[in-house]
Amino acid sequence: MIQQIDYFAIAAPLTLALVAGLVLLLDAFLPAGPRVTAGLGAITLGGVMVALGFVAAQGFTGRTLPTFCVPERLSDGDPGLCSFVVDRFTLVIAGLVLVAAVVIVLMSMTELAGGGIPVGEWYFLLLCTLVGAVTLPAARDLIMLVVALELVSLPVFALTALKRYDGRASEAAVKLFVVSVVSTAVMLFGVSLLYGVGGTVFLSRLAEVLSGTAPAPGWPEGSASLVAAEHGLPGVVTVGIVLVVAGFAFKIAAVPFHAWAADVYQGAPIPVAALLSVISKAAGFAGLILVLVLAMPGQAATWTPVVAIVAALTMTAGNLLAMRQRSAVRLLAWSSVAQSGYILAPLAVAFQGSGARSWGASAVGASVAYLVIYAAMNLGAFAVVMLVSRTAARNELADYRGLVFRRPAAGLALAFCLICLAGLPPGLAGLFAKVVVFREIVHGGAAWLAVVMAVNTVIGLYYYVVWAARLFAPEPGPAPAARRVFPAVWAATGLAVAAAVLFSVAPQLVLDLTLLSG
Amino acid sequence: MSGWLSVGMVTVPLLGALLLLVAADALRPVLRVYGMAVSGVTLGLAVVMVATFDYGQAARPQFTVDVAWIPGLDLRFQLGVDGISLPLVALTALLTFLCFAYLGWGDGAGPGQLLRPRAGGARPRALVFTLLVLEVGMIGTFLALDLLLFFVFFEIVLVPMYFLIAIWGGERRRAAAIKFILYTLLGSVVMLLGLLLIWAQAGTLDIVALAQSHGAGMSRAVQVVAFVAVGLGLAVKTPMWPLHTWLPDAHTEAPTVGSVLLAGVLLKMGTYGFARIAIPVLPEGAAAVAPWLGALAVVGIVYGALACLAQRDLKRMIAYSSVGHMGFVLLGFATLTPTGINGALFANIAHGLITGLLFFLAGAIKDRYHTADIPSLGGGMLATLPRLGAVLTFAAIASLGLPGLAGFWGEMLALFGAFQPAESLPRGLFLTFMVIGGLGAVLTAAYFLVMLSRVTHGAPAAAGGAAPVGVPGPGAAGEGVVGRLSATLPEAPDERPVHALPGAAGPPGMADIRRHELVAWVPLIGLILLFGLWPGLLLSLTTPAVQILLGALP
Repeated sequence: MIQQIDYFAIAAPLTLALVAGLVLLLDAFLPAGPRVTAGLGAITLGGVMVALGFVAAQGFTGRTLPTFCVPERLSDGDPGLCSFVVDRFTLVIAGLVLVAAVVIVLMSMTELAGGGIPVGEWYFLLLCTLVGAVTLPAARDLIMLVVALELVSLPVFALTALKRYDGRASEAAVKLFVVSVVSTAVMLFGVSLLYGVGGTVFLSRLAEVLSGTAPAPGWPEGSASLVAAEHGLPGVVTVGIVLVVAGFAFKIAAVPFHAWAADVYQGAPIPVAALLSVISKAAGFAGLILVLVLAMPGQAATWTPVVAIVAALTMTAGNLLAMRQRSAVRLLAWSSVAQSGYILAPLAVAFQGSGARSWGASAVGASVAYLVIYAAMNLGAFAVVMLVSRTAARNELADYRGLVFRRPAAGLALAFCLICLAGLPPGLAGLFAKVVVFREIVHGGAAWLAVVMAVNTVIGLYYYVVWAARLFAPEPGPAPAARRVFPAVWAATGLAVAAAVLFSVAPQLVLDLTLLSG
Repeated sequence: MSGWLSVGMVTVPLLGALLLLVAADALRPVLRVYGMAVSGVTLGLAVVMVATFDYGQAARPQFTVDVAWIPGLDLRFQLGVDGISLPLVALTALLTFLCFAYLGWGDGAGPGQLLRPRAGGARPRALVFTLLVLEVGMIGTFLALDLLLFFVFFEIVLVPMYFLIAIWGGERRRAAAIKFILYTLLGSVVMLLGLLLIWAQAGTLDIVALAQSHGAGMSRAVQVVAFVAVGLGLAVKTPMWPLHTWLPDAHTEAPTVGSVLLAGVLLKMGTYGFARIAIPVLPEGAAAVAPWLGALAVVGIVYGALACLAQRDLKRMIAYSSVGHMGFVLLGFATLTPTGINGALFANIAHGLITGLLFFLAGAIKDRYHTADIPSLGGGMLATLPRLGAVLTFAAIASLGLPGLAGFWGEMLALFGAFQPAESLPRGLFLTFMVIGGLGAVLTAAYFLVMLSRVTHGAPAAAGGAAPVGVPGPGAAGEGVVGRLSATLPEAPDERPVHALPGAAGPPGMADIRRHELVAWVPLIGLILLFGLWPGLLLSLTTPAVQILLGALP
């Protein structure tokens, strides 16, 4: 029995994997030098661009592209059992990941130009992470999901540790490693429980079994479905759900699994911190959404309260911790934890609408829209932080005093991104992202969550605005002498800020993109 | 039809601000004129709007624009003016222009003129940019006819105002600016929740359609919740007691133009929201909450007046007086009668003109004496700076509500509305409110007269060191002590007659009203007199709109 593989459907991850191999080979055979460094960067960038091209082409066909499907003869007549499906959701997340990857590769070029970091390995690991992040939103079975998620996580430990002879980096890598392994173990346990109950790894099939429309394997003939059994769903399903959610909560740094964020972000090279805060997080959210919405819509009553509480705690903890930070990267780390809370919030009301909204499409759409806008503004902030880190090694908030006068473009870009993150005009992108999320929560009727988020928005505003005001404060003394130019970081900043400005003027673009009805 | 006028009102300052970013170097030499020119064009558009407005149909939105902006959020770029918003739009354009005139008129070397080049970075370009962006938000708020668009414009003013306080403010500006933005953002986020609730229940964001349906489709409970949420957001901005605590700090620390715009326009955005959204869209909610609103309003009136009596700082005192005046406006709204709401809208405009003028004056005094501490000013301003003292007297008397000046009619009508509130409201309660509000009006008169007696009357004293020094006066030393004593005792106002002191022009740097000040103040004085003597001018504009707005009330 041979599965048919639609190579067009898997073109994006395939390209990235091939380029990863190519980069490793070239690095092994070419002599080390600045030109090779630049060349490898260009090849990586090219690979990401090609993958992005494939994603765009798949978007233009407008079709859902399933592949790795179970042949109909083996699936009891169920035609929909595919492991890899390229649909609207997949394309949006993959596109987001790849555009973010362009920014991060550009940032890497500057990071690597400093020397001290092995170039080939860096790009190889980066591309491996991207393969995972692009595969993950397309995964439609539990095994594919876990493998893709590990593919996102594993190379990041190594990337974090690549800044050799740096104590902080090593510590961060170990911390990330331990946290990630534990979370994987937790999630695998949950996955195996779900598999044990449902007898299938396919998400759609699992949903049918859990909702009682398909028979569970090994169940007595008399009561053909789980739900029809007198004692309802076995408690083991609840345990499985909670464990899976906990596993993903590690990846997106949600409370109570958030403690690693600040140390790891600070220890890692800044491009890696940006990667963790955008790509890794997007992948985590994609997986969480797939599991919750595709596999367990019937169990919404079990997981929506959990998600709601986690969302509320995450935004509150992230914001409160961010208020106390002096280091720019640590502040961004906690702020990105808080933003995770906002992204989670719509999922907490995913199945509480009525009628046409019932499968959670609009809630998922709101989460993804927030994720896309968050990616643009957060990457912009990280790119400017990277720029400042070249002249101020400690990268504390005090180093940003008067940035607008020293480097007007960078200062204004950072100010705009921070105001966006705070969600105030002129950063309309952030404002509309919050409005979309608020709308979802208010429609869903979770008033308490809306109030918690409202209060959090105000707390968040405090540290963003204080930082932004620092950019405009008069300079304390003579400006640092180093005035080197970093064209790659400028390009990265420009790209991210242009996206944020575009989303501010025409938020409809994002909302159209993330309209997941169907 | 002529929707371009509405769009122009918003885009002219916006383009002016953007041009400032693009062509920074080219504009730097003409910065003072540039700000005046851009805001002047906006004012011109406002004048055209006032001139071509169809006064026969003041209840209907005119100069409307309606373009889809974000279909995904149902957000339409919908602008228009009716009888309620037209005066506010004109007031905003006028005050912004006057602020620019104040900053840039003449050689720009006056003490309050922040646009002059100065050591230490006065940052004139950033100031012009900030004020222009502020103008976009303020005018847009009054023009918006879409709930979310209203919210967006409502939020636009926050960041520029924050920077206006935080960069060009006084000594404790940082804390005041943070307090301002956190308070108002908390308010506006709660308001957003209320607006979204309205949207979720009524299914549209179109303010005109919502107002016409008079809350149809929303249950009473929903209306009450939405009214409380929207009202809280607006009440923070207004500000209503006990949510006013950001106001005195913000006013005290803000630069003169910041205070003027804050008092003259930003506070009006809160009260305007009541007239535009909260009351017409949620009539049942309004009826349920009105007694509470009225109670808090009269507490604000009395509290504001008592707080004013206790203030030493002139700017702080004027800030607290705003709390009291806004109490009258809210009381007018709470009556839910055409009389009361007309009075509220009138008081709104009058407060914008009078308090704008008062803050200009406080700024001028602070520039001359380098303090706004009333005892340190030492009295005798009518003798040393007769013109400034006279204008201050005029503004204070206008503010305390002397008949014949603009401050009178609004408060009178608000109290009159409370005498005969809407039928669904408890009349006895509102009569109590009226009595307490009337007492508050008396207290208002008291604190302004005390202030005048300490600042403008009496013999100029050399108290505080910062006051004019070396002014010859009969028995200067002895009377100075008496003056100081009486200045610290509010019960014993200085009642000695004012002597015009020969040769009392004050020391150098203490010149009387300068030209740029005159340019900024004369239009305000003129309008205060005009609306005071001819209130029908404004009332005829708001009355039809108010009657439509109250159409659904029982």
